[in-house]
Amino acid sequence: MREMIKMLIVLTVLATLSGGLLAAIRDNTKDRIENQVLEFVQGPAIRSILEEATNDPIIDRFQIKDGDVERTFFVGIIDGEPRAITFETFGKGGYGGDVGLMIGIDTNDDQLLGVGVTTHAETPGMGAKAKTDPSFAAQFRELSLEEPVNVTGDGGSINAISGATMTSRAVCTAANDAVKIYQKLKPQLAEKLKEFNK
Amino acid sequence: MARSIVQEFTKGLWDEIPPFRLVLGLCPVLAVTKSVENGIGMGVATTFVLVCSNVLVSSLRKVIPAKVRIACFIVIIATFVTVVELVMQAFAYPLFLKLGIFIPLIVVNCIVLGRSEAFAFKNGIFRSLLDGLGMGIGFTLSLSALAAVRELLGTGDLTIWEKPIQVFGPSYQPFSFMVEAPGAFVALGLMLCFMNLVGKK
Repeated sequence: MREMIKMLIVLTVLATLSGGLLAAIRDNTKDRIENQVLEFVQGPAIRSILEEATNDPIIDRFQIKDGDVERTFFVGIIDGEPRAITFETFGKGGYGGDVGLMIGIDTNDDQLLGVGVTTHAETPGMGAKAKTDPSFAAQFRELSLEEPVNVTGDGGSINAISGATMTSRAVCTAANDAVKIYQKLKPQLAEKLKEFNK
Repeated sequence: MARSIVQEFTKGLWDEIPPFRLVLGLCPVLAVTKSVENGIGMGVATTFVLVCSNVLVSSLRKVIPAKVRIACFIVIIATFVTVVELVMQAFAYPLFLKLGIFIPLIVVNCIVLGRSEAFAFKNGIFRSLLDGLGMGIGFTLSLSALAAVRELLGTGDLTIWEKPIQVFGPSYQPFSFMVEAPGAFVALGLMLCFMNLVGKK
């Protein structure tokens, strides 16, 4: 019986201490990890979209509540004006799950600035080209927001990656979702963007 | 057979070098040795866990009841592995992306649990520290050596601190089999063979 109690106490104390230690470390590294994830996962996509921006979009970010979700928007200052925003949406129906897509919109003339795939689980060499082949993403540049984006097979203007129609569709879905979100949040976004006007 | 304190440290470097002599912890050995950089990163992470868990297990060895010792070891090891994971995410995110799942898998690495069970639970703190350090450095060296062979033959380059150094020059045709999974087995086999040849008395 005494041995039982000893086991219980030792294990409980050990588990509690390690739990406390981990919680403390997590608290202290949380912000840094968030920045690192932004820098290395979303960062490359953001920077390729906002090539012309003169600021660091990863630092100039803000959040807006959209229903239940907090969305993070990255601001790009182009020609001295905070006119470009980028944010991430997830396109359902990729071959290996959802496809994360960073999308950039020019708020002055309501045009797509470009897109960039962030996270995906598509087949290397096939669907993964959505991320690695710049010519696919380049097709989204300067498209108008008026018409929905679609692959040519669905009556749109985007040439799907050969052998990866599902991935290409998922990217288009994500882009269309993003446009809807943008149009819904436009007044709030305009408000926030003014703060970056220096 | 009592060992001197120096031997406690050096045995991990040659006589009992983990992957080649003890043939333990082969999962990361095969998986992350695609480039020298990954090998060193993995080795350093494992060394940290090994040293910390050895010291803690050894200092708690009189408190931990023998019947639940494995559970206690796992709690201790898992804690340090999570510490490594968080710290690596915060300070070396690209490395974390490359090593990915193999960092959490240090928890079930035989070397770490094996040293706790076979050494730290029966020996003093200082000896356990040296044992962990020696084993960890031995593990790091083995990973780096294997990774160097694979990367050199597979790509013709050696990557150190994200800067590839062309060793064989631009005319070298990469033997990319060596950086694929089957190449890992072949390279490890040849390495074990070499170690046995050299170690034969």
